[in-house]
Formats: sequence, structure tokens, C-alpha cells
Amino acid sequence: MASRLKLFVPLFIFAVLALFLFRGLSLDPKEMPSALIGKQVPEFLLPDLVTGENRTREHLLGEVSLINVWATWCPSCLHEHPYLVRLASEGVRIIGLNYKDEDAAALRWLQELGDPYALNIADRQGSLGLDLGVYGAPETYLVDATGVVHYRHAGVVDERVWEQTLRPLYEELQR
Amino acid sequence: MIPEIGHFVLIVALCLAVLLTVVPMWGAWAGNARAMRLAPGLAIGILVFVAISYICLTWAFLQDDFTVKVVAGNSNSLLPVMYKFSAVWGNHEGSLILWILILASWTAAVAVFSRELPLIMLARVLSVMGAIGVGFMSFSLFTSNAFERLLPVAPLDGNDLNPLLQDPGLIIHPPLLYMGYVGFSVAFAFAIAALLGGRLDASWARWSRPWTNVAWAFLTLGIMLGSWWAYYELGWGGWWFWDPVENASFMPWLAGTALVHSLAVTEKRGLFKSWTVLLAIFAFSLSLLGTFLVRSGVLTSVHAFATDPERGLFILIFLAIVVGSSLVLYALRAPSVSSRVRFEWLSRESLLLYNNVVFLVATLTVLFGTLFPLLVDALGQGKVSVGPPYFNAVFVPLMALLAPVMGFGPTSRWKRDSWSRWQVRLAPAAIAAVACGITLPLLNAPYNIWVAIAVLLAAWLLFGLLQDIWLRMRTAKTAWAGLRRLTPSYWGMVLAHLGFAACIVGVVATSQYAIEHDLKMQPGDSRELAGYEFRFMSVAQVPGPNYVADEARFEVWRNGELLTRLAPQKRRYLASGQVMTEAAIDAGVFRDLFVAMGEPVGVEGAWAIRLHYKPMIRWMWFGAIMMAAGGFATVLDRRYRRQRVSDPAAASPGLAHGV
Repeated sequence: MASRLKLFVPLFIFAVLALFLFRGLSLDPKEMPSALIGKQVPEFLLPDLVTGENRTREHLLGEVSLINVWATWCPSCLHEHPYLVRLASEGVRIIGLNYKDEDAAALRWLQELGDPYALNIADRQGSLGLDLGVYGAPETYLVDATGVVHYRHAGVVDERVWEQTLRPLYEELQR
Repeated sequence: MIPEIGHFVLIVALCLAVLLTVVPMWGAWAGNARAMRLAPGLAIGILVFVAISYICLTWAFLQDDFTVKVVAGNSNSLLPVMYKFSAVWGNHEGSLILWILILASWTAAVAVFSRELPLIMLARVLSVMGAIGVGFMSFSLFTSNAFERLLPVAPLDGNDLNPLLQDPGLIIHPPLLYMGYVGFSVAFAFAIAALLGGRLDASWARWSRPWTNVAWAFLTLGIMLGSWWAYYELGWGGWWFWDPVENASFMPWLAGTALVHSLAVTEKRGLFKSWTVLLAIFAFSLSLLGTFLVRSGVLTSVHAFATDPERGLFILIFLAIVVGSSLVLYALRAPSVSSRVRFEWLSRESLLLYNNVVFLVATLTVLFGTLFPLLVDALGQGKVSVGPPYFNAVFVPLMALLAPVMGFGPTSRWKRDSWSRWQVRLAPAAIAAVACGITLPLLNAPYNIWVAIAVLLAAWLLFGLLQDIWLRMRTAKTAWAGLRRLTPSYWGMVLAHLGFAACIVGVVATSQYAIEHDLKMQPGDSRELAGYEFRFMSVAQVPGPNYVADEARFEVWRNGELLTRLAPQKRRYLASGQVMTEAAIDAGVFRDLFVAMGEPVGVEGAWAIRLHYKPMIRWMWFGAIMMAAGGFATVLDRRYRRQRVSDPAAASPGLAHGV
């Protein structure tokens, strides 16, 4: 009898797995809340990816911007990139946060795929990412001209996300 | 009208599949031979109707019928004709129709080629496959209708096929992959039929082996093509990303590899029966799980089709029914008594068991890594991502553990073997392998220890096989007679193992020796890389059928001689405005030269250029092709052709040759 029970082990394991998969269906891997909404972007002092100059919170201010967390090790960022280039060409100010990446690879990426970023902050250790509460790349924050975070989108920004979610907020903030 | 016909015949096929599921299964239960005999005819009928449906969809693409939603979304009047064929499966709805077509083909193939099976077994196998067909056809018809119209307002032209998919490699990659995925449904159906009949014996293993090997070979080719495509089309020279969708195809392959070996033991020795059945269920479950992961959107991936929770729920329920019921059946019917047949620790059985353990652990680590983000999220612990470092850290050592033991496999004996025998048989191979491992990497200074280990392991496999072939043919009168004595399944094993050896060398050499440069170059510049001189001659505008391209013209010189001309492109597709990098590659046995264009830099016509030197990367894909060829070769074996074996005693294994 005991040996017969042993044969139920695969079924049991599968049942547990199926429960997780079911739970996974109702979770959106791209949707995450942020503790920072309505608060100021944290202070930081990090080098610019391209020029190496020091960048601080002051450099973000003055205009409504998107802060886009990206890295060359992230395949979804590659997928997202062309749309960012398009947004930038339409006049949206995008600030890059190059997250836990190698500078050389990141520069190569920008050279090859186009550079949609008004400026790019090199967060090699992920310290600013930690303060922002970044879970993974890509992630995009909508920040107003005074540096207050209004929305956070985890995952790829594409036409749908932009038109349905980000753009209305973006236009409202610009007014 | 044509799309409506396609839709209608798919509904007819669904009805036939319901009949196929119910009638022969009832016949097998009630002992009604007439009901059971309906199975082959129904299977062929399903294929006919599904094929008509598929042709109708293809027709809509060829005719640029933009009133059909998938055509409007995935084709364009300027799209070259061959891509209109492949655009059929470049989207979720169409790829499901292809999936169903392939499933119908496998089912019909079983109906045609297994006439020699006992009727009750054939009826059950076809019934199980019919049930899987019901699942997928309902999925297509109820959640993902490929024939949906955009009426009354249809667009004038289509959105075009995603430019990434406009590539010859991608024309055949999905069909081959699906041939593999779906092919495992045959092994699964045989396993379920055997469980239902309570007859898990050597003849069951012999019947399902050729099908499993062929499915495995197709899957190998499919994965290899995907990797090759990523290499030249994504434009940055990578060939494997451990992306969830890649893993989704890799997991059934790993489980399938274990299954192929475990079936050998079950056929030859009647051992590991429960285990083999479980692997058959496992391999096909992973195919289904892969489908779920790709189409439900529970994991983020670059490959994902437009995802939809409703579809996800449908597949999950289907997955739960198929896997859940088969595991219940397994728990109730699998033989729980361990076999009377014994084997010693040093024997072929043990070696194959070791293989099974390694591949199962590999499958589970990949499964765990793939699902980990989902598990953590479901437990409310936040979001994480698992990247290549995890997979490389666990996967590479596993494969390194596999290769040394693999060398003993072909020459080992069933039941009982001994160290002293292995020493005699394999000592020359071991010495030759060590010699190769030490000397060959010297050809390419600086000496690299990882390449040395890879060469050592590959040479160990190669010489072990050569030695084994020689020992097996030695007693024959002539060399020719000796070679002829070896069976196709033996040659298949040799090819597949050599392919694995080639893969080891290719993967390690290319990871260790690859050189890449990213430069700003303008026409007239020249750069040296690994002894090759790349001269940037000019940039030209080149029109394509549905794109315009900037083309850089390169000449590659070596030792003062012109070796080749390379012309990478930067294409802008007209319909979508997407920009694609088309790398130019000079392929060779020992090295690839790879040139890709980045962005224009500055005003003087300069470009960001990426130059790669990739040694031995072809070995990896060539190795995969050899593995697949090995899988196909085994089917030629005579013992699979004379199949009427109703008496289990007559099926007692011939121990002479082969795995």
C-alpha cells in the first residue's frame, strides 16, 4: 500500500504547481504599486552615462519627464527601445536610469539602437534603483516638473501603455 | 467566403475529434471491435478537414484579404510571398491552427503506420490523441478564432508581419518546434494507452520508441534553428538567452532526452517501467506548460504573443485536466512492485539511470528558474527576475557531470559490467582524449583551461565511440561486413552522441574565444580583428520589397588576400516604420566573421559598427543537426518494421546491439 501511495507524489506536486499557475493568472507581472507615488524622487549623486558629469535630482526638474529604468542585460528593454525612440522624437523628455549595467555595453546599445534619452544616469550599483524601489528592468516613472513621482509602470512601455495610461497623466501634468 | 469555409471545416474536425475521443475508447472498454476500428478512419478524416481549414487561412493571407483580422494584423500587400506563408503562424491564432494541423498529422501518421498494433492499443492511442485535439480545437474556436472578420470596416492594407519574423530561419522554426512539442503527444498517448490496458511491457516501449525519437529529433532541430535565428537576426551575436519561451522549448527537450534513454532500458530489459511512463507524461506536460507560459502572459518574455487571461485560464484548465487525469491514472495503474529483473551497479542500466537523473535534475532546475518569479509573486513576496547567471551556474556543471559518464555508455553491458573490462576497452580512448585535451587548445594561444576540458570531454566521447565501433566490427570477416552488422539504431546513437560532443566544443570555444569590437567607422577606414582586416568601403541605399536599407559594404582581407565581401544592412520597414539590423556573416567551420551596423554617427558618413569574431560557433548547431539526424536514423531500424508482437514472450530483447 505504501508503495502505491508513493505513486501519488507526482500528482500532488502537479496540484501544487497548478495552484501557483492559477494564482499567477490573476497577477500581472508588469503591474506594481510604488511607495513613492506622490513623493519626491530621492536625492542622489551619480555620474552621467555619456559625459561622466555628476548628476543630481536637480537635473530632473523643470519639465515633466519619464524616468526609464533600463539595462542591456534585459531583453524586454530591447523590445521596448524602439518605442522610446519614437516617444522621444515626439518631444517627450525621457531620462534614462541605466541600472546595474556596464557602461561600455550601455553606450554601445545607445549607439546602435538610437538614444531617446535627454540624459542618462549610470546607476552601476543600483543604489538609486534601490531608493526608487525598482524590482527589475524595464520600469518607467512619470515625474512632474517639481520632481514628484506620479505613476510607476513596471514592464515594457508600448503604444497601448502609453496611450491608455501614461499619456493622459502626462498631458494632465503638463497643463 | 473562403475564411468561413475554413472556420466551418474546423468545427467539423472538432466534431470528428469528439467522436474519436469517445467511440474507440468506449469500444476498447466494452470490447466492441467495430467501434475500435473506426479510430484510424476518424484520425485521417480529422487531418483532411484540419488541412482544408489551414489551406483556407493560408489562402486568406495569399489573397491579402484584410477583412480577416489576423491577416490585417500580420500581413501587408508588399510582404514577399514566402513570408505570407509563414505569416500564417506568425501570430497567436494562426500558430494554433498550425499546431492543430501538426497534431492531426501525427495522429493520422499513427493511424497509418501502426496498423500492426493490437487493435485495442491502437484504438486507445488514437482516442487519447483525439482528446488532445478536442482541447486544442476548442481553444482555437472558443478563445482564438483565426477566421474572425473585420467587417464592415476593413483596413486598406495590413500592419505587416513583425520584421523580426521576416526571415528564412523563422519560416521553418515554428513548424519544426511544433513537430517536436506535439510529437511528444504520441509518446504520451502510448503511455496512457498502456496504463489503461495495464500492459506496460517491452512491446509498448518498442512501439513508442520510434515516435519518441522522431519527435525528439524535430524538437532538437526546432530549438537549434531558434538559436541560430537569434544569433544572426537580433544583431548582437548572442545565441541563447534563457528567456522563458526558450526555456519552454528546452524543458520538454531535456525531459524528452531522458525519456529516449529510459525507453531503451524498458524495451531492452523491461525495467524502469513506471519511471518511463512518468517521463512520457512529464515530457508532454512540459510541452503543454510551455504553451501555457507563452500564451497566458504569466511571465514576461520578448517572445510572447499578445496575451490574454481568458486564454491563459483555458490552457490552464486543459493542462489540469490532461496532466491531472494522467497522473491519477498513473497513480492507480502504474506497476508499484519493483521488477524482478536485477542489475549491478556497474551496468548499462545504471549508466542510463545516471543519464536520467542528470536530465531530470536539469529539467527541474530550468523549470524552477523559469517559474521562480511567478512563485515568489504568488506568495506575495514581490517581483524578482532570474537571469542567465543562475541558469549557467546550475546547467553547465550538470552537463559537465554528464559527459564523463556518457563515454562509458555505448560500450557497457546490460545487467553487469566490470571496471577491468572498461579499462581494457576504453584505456586507449582515455589516453587519446587526455592527449587531445592537452595539445589541441595549444593551437590557439593563450591556453584556456575551459576549452581544454571541453576538448578533453568531447574527445573522450569521440574516441570511446570509435573504439566501440571497432570492437563491434572486429570479429567480422571484412570491414564492410562488420559495418553492416551495426544497426541503424546503433548508428543513430553514435551520431547523436558525436553531435553532443560537437556541441560541447562549440559552446565552450565560442564562449571563451569570441572577440567583439564596437567601433565608429567611416568609409575608407579599416580595422583588424583576430588577424582579419575589415575594410569599410562604402555605404549605399538599397531598396527592398517592403523596406529600404542602408547597406555598408565591407571587404575582409587576410594576409594580403581578399577573403570575402560582407554587406550588413540597417532596414527600415515601410508599414511599421520599425528598424531592423541585418548582420552580415561569413560562416566557416572554425570561425564566423560577423558585421552588424549600429546607428549613423556624426555627419561624415560614419557609423557605429560591430565586428565579431566567433570561433567554432557552427559546431554547436552542426552538433544539434547531428543529434537530430541520429534521432531520425533510429527509425530505420528493422525491428520497428516488423511489429506484430502480441505475445510478450516473443518480444524478449535481442541483446546483441544498440541502445
